[in-house]
Amino acid sequence: MAQGADKFNASCNRHLKNCPTLKNCSPGAVIFRKIPASGPGFRGAKMKAKIVITPKKAVVDPQGKTVRNALEQMGHQGIKAVHVGKYLEIELDSTDRETARKSLDEACHKFLSNPVIEDYKLEIE
Amino acid sequence: MNFAVLQFPASNCDQDAIHALRDVLGHSARYVWHKETSLGDADAVIVPGGFSYGDYLRCGAIARFSPVMQAVKQFADHGGLVLGICNGFQVLTEAGLLPGALVRNRDLQFHCEHIFLKTVTPESPFTNKIPAGKLLKIPIAHGEGCYFADEETLGQLKANNQILWQYCSATGELTEGANPNGSLLNIAGICNERRNVAGLMPHPERACEPLLASDDGRWIFESMIAALQNRTAARAA
Repeated sequence: MAQGADKFNASCNRHLKNCPTLKNCSPGAVIFRKIPASGPGFRGAKMKAKIVITPKKAVVDPQGKTVRNALEQMGHQGIKAVHVGKYLEIELDSTDRETARKSLDEACHKFLSNPVIEDYKLEIE
Repeated sequence: MNFAVLQFPASNCDQDAIHALRDVLGHSARYVWHKETSLGDADAVIVPGGFSYGDYLRCGAIARFSPVMQAVKQFADHGGLVLGICNGFQVLTEAGLLPGALVRNRDLQFHCEHIFLKTVTPESPFTNKIPAGKLLKIPIAHGEGCYFADEETLGQLKANNQILWQYCSATGELTEGANPNGSLLNIAGICNERRNVAGLMPHPERACEPLLASDDGRWIFESMIAALQNRTAARAA
């Protein structure tokens, strides 16, 4: 599997340098996706959504304060604030970024985060 | 009166609620599993405490999507009485049936102790029988009971008299020391604008028998029963 991934990645590299279409694409448009050598394999290559959920500024974050104090006590200087949040990775079967983004945005707003107390950032790669 | 006590995976205060309502107060009370889509002939719904779905993602975040919660929402829309206790309060805020949210206790500690509640208003089906000036001694047991709402919502709660209970000292003062979890305005429990849905972090179902150090919790259930009896009488008239 690792061998196959290496070959695929090497082929992608060659293609990326020469592909006229890719040269005109906006940043973030991924046509060929490099897979990690130890990854699950390129057949059914998935999209991955990365979601970061953080407490809203108005909500007191005692966890963040505690972590900040601990960092200070350990000798780390100049740490103004720490905010503790959540990180989610969602692996998707689809290749349609727009539909995936809309669907996940809704999921983030309605379920994965609580808009009363949290903000979220959604990235799809 | 018929009480429906919901059960989600990992609810664990459902049995205490049934015991208080049925064995101590002598009313009919039955369990309703989270997958049921009907509340039957329930006059009131109790959303009990516990750690539904392991408190995964956020407390109550997953339970709120249970099929039974659709029925609870319809029940509430038609004016039915719903009381959320502890995790139940969290489920109701996540479901949008009550405003605000419950977050981690300010000192990051799980608090398991008796506290005192000041009843802010007798004008609700959950407080109408509580004697004026009586402080309720009720146990809490939670790690995420800090009530939060933004300034606008807090303003609305105050303006509409929706704050039902506040943490207070043994002598009735609303001090920081009496606040076990950092809740804004020492809020322990609130109701919705329509006043038929309420939630509180303390456990009145664990304070219905003198053997358990306090039976002040009875006042809350007696209030609900009285309100329901008034409704029945009004309908019959």
